[in-house]
Amino acid sequence: MLKDDMKEKEDIHMENTSLWEIIAHSIRKNIRQYTMIFALLEIWLVFSILTGFIFLTPRNLSNLFVQTATTAILAIGMVLIIVTGNIDLSVGSVMGFCGAVAAILMIRAGWSPLPTVLVTLLVGLLIGAWHGFWIAYQKVPAFIVTLASYLAFRGAIIGITGGQTQGLEMAPEAAANSFKAIGQAYLPKINESLPFHDTSLYLMIASVVAYWLFEMKVRRDRQKYGFHVLPMKYQLLKMFVISLVIAAFYGIMIIYLGVPYSVILVMTLALLFTFISGNTVFGRHLYAIGGNAEASRLSGINIARNVRILYMLMGLLTAIAGIVYTARLNAATTSAGQNAELDAIASAVIGGTSLMGGEGTIVGGVIGALVMSSLDNGMSLMNLDITFQYIVKGLILLLAVWVDVKTRRKS
Amino acid sequence: MEYVLEMQNIVKEFPGVRALDGVTFKVRKGEIHALVGENGAGKSTLMKVLSGVYPYGSYAGKIIVHGEEKKFHHISDSEKSGIAIIYQELTLIKQMTIAENIYLGNENVSQGIINWNETYRKTEKLLKQVGLCLSPATIVGEIGVGAQQLVEIAKALSKNASILILDEPTAALTESESETLLNILRQLKQQGVTCIFISHRLPEVLEIADTITVLRDGKTVVTDIRQNFDENRLICNMVGREITNVYPRVPHHSGEVIMEIRNWTVYDPAGEKKVVDNVSFTVRRGEILGLGGLMGAGRTELAMSIFAAWGKVVSGEIILEGKKITIRSEQDAINYGISYLSEDRKRYGLVLGMDVRENTSLASLRSLSRLGVINKNEEIKQTQYYVNKLKVKTPSLEQEVRNLSGGNQQKVIIGKWLLTKPRVLILDEPTRGIDVGAKYEIYTLMNALIEEGVCVVMISSDLPELLGMSDRILVLHKGRITGELNAHEATQEKVMYYATGGEDIAPKVC
Repeated sequence: MLKDDMKEKEDIHMENTSLWEIIAHSIRKNIRQYTMIFALLEIWLVFSILTGFIFLTPRNLSNLFVQTATTAILAIGMVLIIVTGNIDLSVGSVMGFCGAVAAILMIRAGWSPLPTVLVTLLVGLLIGAWHGFWIAYQKVPAFIVTLASYLAFRGAIIGITGGQTQGLEMAPEAAANSFKAIGQAYLPKINESLPFHDTSLYLMIASVVAYWLFEMKVRRDRQKYGFHVLPMKYQLLKMFVISLVIAAFYGIMIIYLGVPYSVILVMTLALLFTFISGNTVFGRHLYAIGGNAEASRLSGINIARNVRILYMLMGLLTAIAGIVYTARLNAATTSAGQNAELDAIASAVIGGTSLMGGEGTIVGGVIGALVMSSLDNGMSLMNLDITFQYIVKGLILLLAVWVDVKTRRKS
Repeated sequence: MEYVLEMQNIVKEFPGVRALDGVTFKVRKGEIHALVGENGAGKSTLMKVLSGVYPYGSYAGKIIVHGEEKKFHHISDSEKSGIAIIYQELTLIKQMTIAENIYLGNENVSQGIINWNETYRKTEKLLKQVGLCLSPATIVGEIGVGAQQLVEIAKALSKNASILILDEPTAALTESESETLLNILRQLKQQGVTCIFISHRLPEVLEIADTITVLRDGKTVVTDIRQNFDENRLICNMVGREITNVYPRVPHHSGEVIMEIRNWTVYDPAGEKKVVDNVSFTVRRGEILGLGGLMGAGRTELAMSIFAAWGKVVSGEIILEGKKITIRSEQDAINYGISYLSEDRKRYGLVLGMDVRENTSLASLRSLSRLGVINKNEEIKQTQYYVNKLKVKTPSLEQEVRNLSGGNQQKVIIGKWLLTKPRVLILDEPTRGIDVGAKYEIYTLMNALIEEGVCVVMISSDLPELLGMSDRILVLHKGRITGELNAHEATQEKVMYYATGGEDIAPKVC
């Protein structure tokens, strides 16, 4: 978001450009992002029709957002991993493992949620550091290192759970309830008598205002440097349109039970990582490494260090996803996180991340995750046989990448 | 005697350059015909035309083989006519055996099944022919470069090649390996194989050739029998062009020593071959130091090893402004104010998918950021400054560099290095492959940098450029400095003399 906004503005030398030219320019610049959003809306439309509009109900969409959370969190990290030209096949197993660690700490050790979360995050971080060590410093291909972990941690899950599902009901009740909130609960309501969710409404207003302030700050900074800015009326129009989108997104949840904690978590992480990828030295280095590792090295970039840090971040995100997953399911199971790595990779790729490295956006990855879970959600609503669910998901992935390859070759 | 091969009035153009400008090249049957010329004279292009790498229709002129006009559309067409080319970079697959390599793409098969006995029997015979006493089952990766070269020749012979083209075959070989190779070529000549021999090493050319053709700037300068040549005549023919006044030379006043390299010795990354051999030199403020030499002389390796970006440095020290420093990484070098612009801008210079701004700021992000967060506005301001200063022609800072012309891409990389505020700027072939206008701008920029007190080291294979811009020239040959010349005493002949391995004695004037 941040990065692309900058992009479209710098290019147009406006003053007397018409609105349509500005829009056409923006579409040309961000064709991939627009295609993706368009594809998502199309999938939603198809499912709405096929399910007699059950799909589009606030209740279902709210659930959809919750279901997307773990895949979206993994996709955020996976985008950056793929951007550097690497891969992480272990995130499914490691997510399951971290989720199991959290469950075990609460059930067997009787820990309260806060230390449980902290230790689980530490475990994820260490696993990421382990991957980083082998990939960045020992030069073992990422594919192999993470394939090894894919296998090893699947085994480790069975080891620590004793092959049994670890239900959170076995943990002290107060602790279990507050832990489960991470994956299941909604923001508390202040005034119970209102027909809508008031806290979420305030959060929506806060988000819109924060967005406006951000836009105006960018505008002021640019003016201070004497760069071009959009004419004021178009600036306001743009802010209005984007505010509407933000409002619509919140609106769905406001009408239902409010904003879930897990959605807030995903939004925070997406914003944070968008900022990291677009505005920090570390983020820029990741894109440069993926774009041309040798030129990056000769520009003084420490490739090994950056890659190691990235895998540590991926480990952290995987642990977060594991916590959300266990909290949502109320339990740690031995099959937790199975195929999650493939969903995450598919999300990143559907979201426009290039497997050749150097290209990809966090927002794209999150939208990709939304596409993947929309497919799951929609097909489940249709009661489609699981056989076809897998086949359809596979074909959609193939189609998405094919479209991407085609449009890329043209540009 | 009959000509086995005639190339008549070959013209080959690339966008912006005429690489071959009416070359006529005739080879007699059974001779060893040497093709010599500077880097960029057109030798490799001519051989690519002959072998069909550049298909019929992409060039003008006639190719006659064995008295018949030929139109090669593909390498396989020229192979059918008995022409085999062996490139400088060997094309063998290291994991396969000698026999597998020789018959790769040309396997001895019946009904789709490879007849290994037949393959090994034939390979053994071929290996004997090229004087290699190795089993056909030897893995190619385990034998030396010299032997691999011979395997390439055997491979060519397996295709019944009657015209063998060798492009710089001895460049990667040791003295004794070269000697073996030359002997094999003599034997092949006895067997009636015609050989076209491209080499930079003049003593070797004079030793083996029957006839010599000299190319210069895409034109044939002379074809004559060996007896009518000596080293001086060859050099004169290779370089004898007018230096036109395209170089904006301004008087520089060289000042104190800024950087000194002492006893610098570097091995290749595998640690097998010495590529820079006990080199010592100084870089002074206010002068352009030129590094001359032929391809493979070790200039790029020298520069990259100083930048801690290549090979294994086994000895030597760097003294920067009177202090001995150790450079452990590229980042170290940049921090010390040493910048290196690579000769291969696509591979080592640019991130093609990134835009002008991101490429320009890539090596200076630390100074453009606070607590790891990039100040994007400052970044735009700084990069815009260099884009303006270097007159980079780009629609905006957001243009991906892959869409820029070569000259503008080069300016973006120069901008990247200037943004790091270097004290010593090493430019490796800074004007290769870019148009005349951009070249001139880069020369002017080099002069401006000297004014600002930046030391410029320029590696160049383009002799007129080297002579036209340098205040002092070091010439390298096989990793050693063979000559040092001041601007006023340097001539193309002298540089070429040292570059081809001459030492101590200054050459005669043509």
